[in-house]
Amino acid sequence: MAAKKLNIKDKYRLLTRDLDWDFSYEDRKQAFPYEEFEGIKITDWNKWEDPFRLTMDSYWKYQAEKEKKLYAIFDAFSQNNGHLNVVDSRYVNALKLFLTGVSPLEYQAYQGFAHVGRQFGGVGARVACQMQSLDELRHVQTQIHAMSHYNKFFDGFQEFSHMHDRVWYLSVPRSFFCDARSAGPFEFMVAIGFSFEYVLTNLLFVPFMSGAAHNGDMATVTFGFSAQSDEARHMTLGLEVIKFLLEQHEDNVPIVQKWIDKWFWRGTRLLTIVAMMMDYMLPNKVMSWKEAWEVYFEEAGGALFKDLARYGIRMPKYAETIEKEKEHISHQAWWTFYTHGHAAGFHTWIPSDKELDWLSAQYPDTFDKYYRPLWELAKEQEAKGERFYTSGLPQLCQTCQIPMLFTEMDNPNQNSMRDSVFEDERYHFCSDGCKDIFDEEPEKYVQSWLPVHQIFQGNCGGPGVEDVLSDYYKMNVGVDNMDIKGSPDEKRWNEWKGIA
Amino acid sequence: MSKVYIALQDNDESRYIVEAIEESNPDSTVIHQPAMIRIEREGRLVIERAVVEEKMGRDWDVQELHINLITLGGNVDEDDDQFVLEWKQ
Repeated sequence: MAAKKLNIKDKYRLLTRDLDWDFSYEDRKQAFPYEEFEGIKITDWNKWEDPFRLTMDSYWKYQAEKEKKLYAIFDAFSQNNGHLNVVDSRYVNALKLFLTGVSPLEYQAYQGFAHVGRQFGGVGARVACQMQSLDELRHVQTQIHAMSHYNKFFDGFQEFSHMHDRVWYLSVPRSFFCDARSAGPFEFMVAIGFSFEYVLTNLLFVPFMSGAAHNGDMATVTFGFSAQSDEARHMTLGLEVIKFLLEQHEDNVPIVQKWIDKWFWRGTRLLTIVAMMMDYMLPNKVMSWKEAWEVYFEEAGGALFKDLARYGIRMPKYAETIEKEKEHISHQAWWTFYTHGHAAGFHTWIPSDKELDWLSAQYPDTFDKYYRPLWELAKEQEAKGERFYTSGLPQLCQTCQIPMLFTEMDNPNQNSMRDSVFEDERYHFCSDGCKDIFDEEPEKYVQSWLPVHQIFQGNCGGPGVEDVLSDYYKMNVGVDNMDIKGSPDEKRWNEWKGIA
Repeated sequence: MSKVYIALQDNDESRYIVEAIEESNPDSTVIHQPAMIRIEREGRLVIERAVVEEKMGRDWDVQELHINLITLGGNVDEDDDQFVLEWKQ
């Protein structure tokens, strides 16, 4: 008699829940040593519900199918010189930022989920986290693989991993994940599983990837959407974790709320770089950062928090500031990179007149008033052969590590600066959000490895900035950095395209 | 009531899934964006295996949805016959 096919629920029970065992001669608390110190109370792990009920056998089957599709496209892309189909050589700089700033986060996510996939006492959560850990490893591998093709033809891809651990602006994403991974397992899940995956990665992997497609980049849209097909499962895990924690014990509610406040703020700061990629680095525009923010944060996140209100959870702290920032941050960030373009591992440029007009139309309340005049000035300077690069190094926020580039939202002409004193040392912050996070755990954030401080302390070679860039960061100075105009990337592109 | 949403890669398989979604959820909104299709609906959205199978003309496992899925918003409930997205507030 043929074996009867199990339904999803039975299969999930047998192939996930049934994998657990009791601790008869070992102390359970010693087996899961990180489960209690954060103050989270779990009364019954059996209440954990994984709505996807994906079992390991199905996981391998569907992941293998995704990989086969993905690699067939990578092969076709490479065999057909797919890099020649992107809109122009400027676009590729968004990929340099992606490979140096985002792909290594996938690796950190893999490490983080492997850790919590071992440390949770409940088998359902462990299996889901282990799957996510494998997903993240897949993501970093496929991203490196996809972009290895661009590395053959463009500058700036060659030392992404080395750069990620050292370069001033890459310490922003790096320290974000280090912060999450050095927290306890439940905070990690609220940070990455919920705040980052459920709300914020959408902004990176959905509108930006759709943008990649719109700019002729078949490889990137394919790895992006392939990765994002796993993210849908991760989002569901993130939401499940939150609901589970809130349902387990009322004492968990204020702890979870505090983590949501912290990680939504950390996440919005991190996404500044994505805002800039969407508004300035994609030559063909899909939607503005502001619009993407409204769809994926305000609308989708708003629905989520309405759903969580029944547990006593409210919108993240500083939601009002965050709402105002969508009008400003992409402009403030790209201007900072433009003026620090000699110290970046990719090229920068002045937006074309058509792009300036697009920005004016998308940001009617802010762009003409605050930001267009900066670009008009940059154009004048460039026309006189005096393309501006700053000679100073920026002060960094102790928490998010972003240069102090943000302004007060109620007065965009005023830089936003906060400070706190801890053990007789003064620390500086870009915002109330980052100051609050520091004040909550100063012992943690005084240890931040701030790239500019490290340079001034002599820990990054030197003595000059150029020595740091070439010897410590391994940038090819004069090749990887500076304006796109006159760069080897631009020269090669024009030769391939027969542009005089 | 908030909107639930799902986005799928724009390809041959998804086209049938989108047709099935439209049939099962008559007042849903379908938005075409570069390389992707986003479907939104107030409160609840269901994908029924039987309807997808009818559109595709072959057997379809609800978990095959994972292959072409890009993102979603809402509480998920999945079994052998359907996939539901829902806000409970």
